[in-house]
Amino acid sequence: MNQSGTARVFSSPAIDQVGVVERAKRFTARSIKSQAKRQGLGMVLSMIDLTTLEGMDTEGKVKQLCYKAQHLHDSIDGLPNVAAVCVYPNFVGLAKRSLAGSGIKVASVATAFPSGNSSLEIKLADVSMAVSEGADEIDMVISRGRFHRGDYNFVFDEIAAVKAACGESRLKTILETGELGSLDKVRLASDIAIAAGADFIKTSTGKIQPAATMPVTLVMLEAIRDHFQKTGLMVGMKPAGGISKAKLALHYLIMVKETLGDDWLDPKWFRFGASSLANDVLMQIAKQQTGAYQAANYFAID
Amino acid sequence: MTQKNKHWNLSPAPESTGHISLKERYGVFIDGEFRMPDHGNVFSSVNPSTGEVLAEITESSSAEVDQAVAAARAAFTGEWSKMGGGERGKYLYRLARLLQEKSREFAVIESLDGGKPIRESRDVDVPLAAAHLFYYAGWADKLSYAFPNRSPRPLGVAGQIIPWNFPLLMAAWKIAPALATGNTVVLKPAETTSLTALKLAELIQEAGFPPGVVNVVTGHGNVGAAIVNHNDVDKVAFTGSTEVGKMIQKAIAGTNKRCTLELGGKAANIVFDDAAIDQAVEGIVNGIYFNQGHVCCAGSRLFVQESIHDELIEKLKHRMGTLIVGDPMDKNTDVGAINSQEQLATIEQYIEVGKQEGAEFYQPDCELPQVGFWCRPTLFTDVAQSNRRAQEDIFGPVLAVQTFRTVAEVIQKANNTPYGLSAGVWTDKGSKIFNMTSQMKAGVVWANTYNLFDPTSPFGGFKESGFGREGGLHGLSAYLEI
Repeated sequence: MNQSGTARVFSSPAIDQVGVVERAKRFTARSIKSQAKRQGLGMVLSMIDLTTLEGMDTEGKVKQLCYKAQHLHDSIDGLPNVAAVCVYPNFVGLAKRSLAGSGIKVASVATAFPSGNSSLEIKLADVSMAVSEGADEIDMVISRGRFHRGDYNFVFDEIAAVKAACGESRLKTILETGELGSLDKVRLASDIAIAAGADFIKTSTGKIQPAATMPVTLVMLEAIRDHFQKTGLMVGMKPAGGISKAKLALHYLIMVKETLGDDWLDPKWFRFGASSLANDVLMQIAKQQTGAYQAANYFAID
Repeated sequence: MTQKNKHWNLSPAPESTGHISLKERYGVFIDGEFRMPDHGNVFSSVNPSTGEVLAEITESSSAEVDQAVAAARAAFTGEWSKMGGGERGKYLYRLARLLQEKSREFAVIESLDGGKPIRESRDVDVPLAAAHLFYYAGWADKLSYAFPNRSPRPLGVAGQIIPWNFPLLMAAWKIAPALATGNTVVLKPAETTSLTALKLAELIQEAGFPPGVVNVVTGHGNVGAAIVNHNDVDKVAFTGSTEVGKMIQKAIAGTNKRCTLELGGKAANIVFDDAAIDQAVEGIVNGIYFNQGHVCCAGSRLFVQESIHDELIEKLKHRMGTLIVGDPMDKNTDVGAINSQEQLATIEQYIEVGKQEGAEFYQPDCELPQVGFWCRPTLFTDVAQSNRRAQEDIFGPVLAVQTFRTVAEVIQKANNTPYGLSAGVWTDKGSKIFNMTSQMKAGVVWANTYNLFDPTSPFGGFKESGFGREGGLHGLSAYLEI
């Protein structure tokens, strides 16, 4: 299976795909009304990692995103800020300066994002650059090729090395579940990432379909819960990609609540990686306040 | 800004009840019309979650049972048994469609009358009832294909007595195959839950069935006895307790009445150490807390392989803590009201016995409403095979957990019961599933799921859980001379 000298044995519980899908569907049957909805929508906003990860990202784009992060919709009072802005490493310094004093974190993807196909040295250099520019959080990708070959020790060691390079920055480990092929593999990758020291586990880069789904997220939440029950240590969760509607986001929060408990309903432990979710949430909040839906153009896109 | 959001609780999400129509008093449904008997003997149907009276129901006399059987006989010898199967099918299709159109009203009434959560009546009871009607409507003109080289003939008048746990669904299970095969029906719903059967009678009227094809008489056990003992009934179909099932068998001994019985159960739900444990926990919860455990096939005996016992019980308790117990009309309720005061007393008595027998007892710490009949989801661990609650059918949200070491041991223990209705097996290994399912003495064995129903799949028991099958092709033969 692997050739490295210090073999660790990774074993994860079996996952029944049919059962997971059924359970995930059950969360969507919860009816979230009035006060619970208001509170939930506020929570969703506060948990968003507002993201731009494009080849054509520019300083202008990043600045606009940072402004939006601090001014989600100024015509509504008392809105929370988003949790973080997520950018490529070369924009970390700019984002950091733009968000200074706001309390909003800067997250940076690193480790040859999104494929992760490079040497460990280059990946660590990527991480160090982002950290030295001031990134509060590092979103790494695991080596899916090595994972599929069964080199679980390699995957573990790489995550552990990146974690060490993160220093004080929190590490989110992207499993890219859309490339893992089964929920059993999602569970195994989650367990490896958690064991290697990830502060967060994250579903997707957003570059591969399918990205986050409720069944995949449920399996990862269960890995987090099992780790907590064994060790008492909390790990965060970040579904990313594919969550663009407020209603779906609220169902994710129900899933978090019923799987992990209220302690995880906090931006410190749960995030949404999304770019278009914020505006749908804002639209719902405006509807709650005014009683009518406003047109999409009333909400700024960046 | 980070925001602390401790304790996010769901707000009430009540299903509205304004759209339903209920009469203050219901007569009996005989020969295509509702009749209000002049004896004035009525009883109340009560909402078990509030104690509120929903309607007055007629306590049928033996005269009404006579009239109902006579009407059914006349309809049978008249046009119904001679009608082509395709025509009979059309009536059933029409009834199924009407039920779908009024599904919301039926779901609300089912939850008001029986106490089950609206989520279940909306997502399970009513859609499944319609599915059964659709399924058997499809068989009506294909009986000669179902039984090739035979000439299947209907039996005549079927007396059908149904329980209170799935009132509408059981009515559909009984009526659909009987009508598809050309029989006529006298149906008696349980006394605590007559409303949806009477509403179904209204739909039967609306669908334009010939008078007398379906008759509904209401009342207590003596009404059921009058049907069973009636000379002109050709077939008795009963779903209910084993005790009553035995009485029925004695009553019809020596007659040429045909009979199918679907009785109690004490199902073994078996979890091996290689099972997908979180999904097994979900199946355990669905197996025993679905419909407050008022399910004859409920997975009330949990067998856990000893090596995963502690982990599984911890997960199970965690999951039980997320179940919402309370108002059946709230869309978020997972566990509703116990169906009647009498049933609640029975369950509480068993819980008391369990405590005295010394097993470890657990209930999640959830608030219960002030009025109505309620029981928290209950768990007994460290149960022995010789304990009463491992042997007797409690018919409530009470789970008894035992451990086992080997496959041979668990098969022996699982089969060591007078019942044999259903069982569940949880393992990631296909070969183990086949080995287990062939050795379990149970009518239904679920693998890696539980309480999953489908009209195409036969359902019925071994041993004291009864005989005969409902659903699927097997369900047809129970109503045919083949």
